[in-house]
Amino acid sequence: MYKLLLCWRYLRTRWIALASIVSVTLGVATMIVVNAVMAGFSYEMQTRIHGILSDLVFESHSLSGFQDPQWHMDEIKRAAGDDIVGMTPTVAVPAMLNFQVRGQWITRQIMLIGIDETTHAKVSDFGRYLQHPGNRGQLSFALRDGGYDTIDSQSDTKAVTRPALEGAGWPHRRMRVERERVWREKLEADRRAGGAADPAATDPAASGPSRSVDQQVDAVLAATTTDASPVAAEAAADPAAPPATADPFRQARPEEGTKMDPAREQFTGIVPGLGLASFRDNAGTDRFLVLPGDDVKITFPTSGTPPKAVSDTFTVVDFYESKMSEYDSNFVFVPIAALQRMRGMIDPQSGLASVNSIQIKLREGADLDRVRDTLRKVFPADLYAVSTWRDKQGPLLAAVDMEMSVLNILLFLIIAVAGFGILAIFFMIVVEKTRDIGILKSLGASAGGIGGIFLGYGLFLGIVGAGAGLALGLSIAWNINTIRAGVEWCTGERVFDPSIYYFYRIPSIVHPFTVLWIIVGAVGIAVGSSVLPALRAARLHPVEALRHD
Amino acid sequence: MTETSPAILRVRDLRKNYRSGETTLEVLRGVDFDLAAGEFVSIVGQSGSGKSTLLHLMGLLDAADAGSIELDGTRIDGLSSARRDRLRNTCVGMVFQSYHLLPELDALENVLAPLMVRYGVLEWLRVRHQARDTARALLDRFGLGSRLRHKPRQLSGGEMQRVAIARALVTRPRVLLADEPTGNLDEATGAGILETLCELNHADGLSIVLVTHDAAVARRADRIVRLAAGRVDDAPQALDQSAHAGQAARRKAG
Ligand SMILES: Nc1ncnc2c1ncn2[C@@H]1O[C@H](COP(=O)(O)OP(=O)(O)OP(=O)(O)O)[C@@H](O)[C@H]1O
Ligand SMILES: [Mg+2]
Repeated sequence: MYKLLLCWRYLRTRWIALASIVSVTLGVATMIVVNAVMAGFSYEMQTRIHGILSDLVFESHSLSGFQDPQWHMDEIKRAAGDDIVGMTPTVAVPAMLNFQVRGQWITRQIMLIGIDETTHAKVSDFGRYLQHPGNRGQLSFALRDGGYDTIDSQSDTKAVTRPALEGAGWPHRRMRVERERVWREKLEADRRAGGAADPAATDPAASGPSRSVDQQVDAVLAATTTDASPVAAEAAADPAAPPATADPFRQARPEEGTKMDPAREQFTGIVPGLGLASFRDNAGTDRFLVLPGDDVKITFPTSGTPPKAVSDTFTVVDFYESKMSEYDSNFVFVPIAALQRMRGMIDPQSGLASVNSIQIKLREGADLDRVRDTLRKVFPADLYAVSTWRDKQGPLLAAVDMEMSVLNILLFLIIAVAGFGILAIFFMIVVEKTRDIGILKSLGASAGGIGGIFLGYGLFLGIVGAGAGLALGLSIAWNINTIRAGVEWCTGERVFDPSIYYFYRIPSIVHPFTVLWIIVGAVGIAVGSSVLPALRAARLHPVEALRHD
Repeated sequence: MTETSPAILRVRDLRKNYRSGETTLEVLRGVDFDLAAGEFVSIVGQSGSGKSTLLHLMGLLDAADAGSIELDGTRIDGLSSARRDRLRNTCVGMVFQSYHLLPELDALENVLAPLMVRYGVLEWLRVRHQARDTARALLDRFGLGSRLRHKPRQLSGGEMQRVAIARALVTRPRVLLADEPTGNLDEATGAGILETLCELNHADGLSIVLVTHDAAVARRADRIVRLAAGRVDDAPQALDQSAHAGQAARRKAG
């Protein structure tokens, strides 16, 4: 009984001990918040990755891929049975994207992915990430007549962050073509007026800002653009290609030599990642370098050995934004049939096309690893690789996990520091209270009882500290976006910049199990660090303790 | 001298050494000592003669190197620490020169402390009213009825010592061991404390061992035991004291 009374009395008079409560509280609160936010990020990232990749990816090791995807899909269906709800073939090759911004050519390294637009959205969240509502329903590689979202469909704010998409599509394309035509005519007129003389020398006004180098280059390049062979959108998306000829590139450009009207026709449609074509300014508005309706050039390897680099012109028809910057600044989607043709992936004899991979979607709740292993047994491992989306992003997910554990260790050190505080304070109390301990022993208190006072005291500090930390941590974790808004309002600085993270709010998920661990750990540390002082108190010799002053 | 009344404490050939490095300090070199039931004995001796050491051994606060101590005819040396804790709590009351009260507790709680040590929380809830009454009665008896809620630092030396005596008695011990209880007090207050002890001895028949420097204090006891050179000294001047003690014993017996 005396233990409770004394614990209570000591607590009331030793406010210094409360200092260690505060550090336990802060440690626990920080750990809860950091874990919640990290778990939120991790979850957000995983759903994104999972949404971008399908459940299972079945692919060949070689860039040329394997022939006859339909046969493979049938085999996969036979092997995995009911677990499969959707499959779609894809062709992915590294490529280079070139586009012109104010006369300058910008080149980006990309992953060019040929997809079957009718089935691709069924195996992943692909469709959700497009910017035209019509394309989100069913992607069409034909340029839309405007109607692109100026409000980010994935954010919960209703602010217009993409005003530039207002006129995108055919209107934008027509305007651009018109501008180029006017400019070309002006250039022509200048040349005729100046004759052989330098136009800059004869016409000083023309050498001014209106005839910058930019515009000259622009004009010349615009002129070459119209020389490129047009491919009507319908022809490009049409899987029923004309009969194979010896040269696959002739097949890819069936109408070579014919002039096309860029104001009414488009090249093969592509959907580049949003990050490739835009950047976000400080105000949170997206600025576009390229808009739907613009033409870009893509250089990619053919499927022969050794691969040769070939280029073709494409028309941007939409943007893809998964909010995973790694993908958004890397992926460019094209119709699979067009890509197969351009790369020469269609066997001239059999007419069978090759693909790199087959994306597989499994039914809800299916065991990914089990299906993967089944498929690995059926298909020889030296020809095919079967991996789950987790396998694909293993290093990234592992890095996040590791980041989380390192952070946890570091944060636990805060609590450990609190533990050492408790240790030091308790040793002080034991020294200070040596005589009282002697008195209690002379009254018949056992060594265990005396030690128990200090353990109980440590337990109390741990529970109170962790309890307060739990309350603080949970209230921060649950209201983190309100707090962020408050801090931003107070300081006028952006605390959380969505242009970096591509999230509009800080994600936060509280896992009860993690919280439990943190609490147990904190209380454990508090009790653990009171063990030594408790032992010392228990072992005090009563006579010596009584003599102590 | 204690044939008629049974001995509460019987100490035989008790030895206690303190070792510090090479040197060994023999503090007690074979002490024989008896305390009869209801007897009031004072132990005197030079400073450093081992009076406190003897008292601590009898109060089970320390372990002897050799010899035996019997309480009510049973050996109490060499017991397990749990049994010693229990005996200390139930059979022995100790009073010290510097009071040794717990500063965080008030007078009443200090008196109750031994009982709180004895009982667990649930038992305590059961016995606490009775215990409070006992403690309050004791403090009343010592004239502290109005100071129950005062902390030790709010009490004078004499009052603190009376609280300490009440604490020693609340467990109804077989024997009260007092180590210079008047040492820190002025003469009048010390005399008051001594009066209290004498009264307890006479009225309640409490067996008391009182260690003191003060010859005047020592003379109030039934018998004086002198410690010298680690033994009980039977020097002549003790004889007239023992005559006095014998007289007291006769007076009690009669
Ligand atoms: N823990 C110890 N280690 C070494 N020597 C000790 C220890 N405790 C006591 N002593 C020695 O034992 C001797 C007896 O001490 P004790 O306290 O019993 O004397 P005392 O008779 O009570 O003296 P006083 O009248 O001053 O209180 C002293 O010389 C003391 O120095
Ligand atoms: Mg002494």
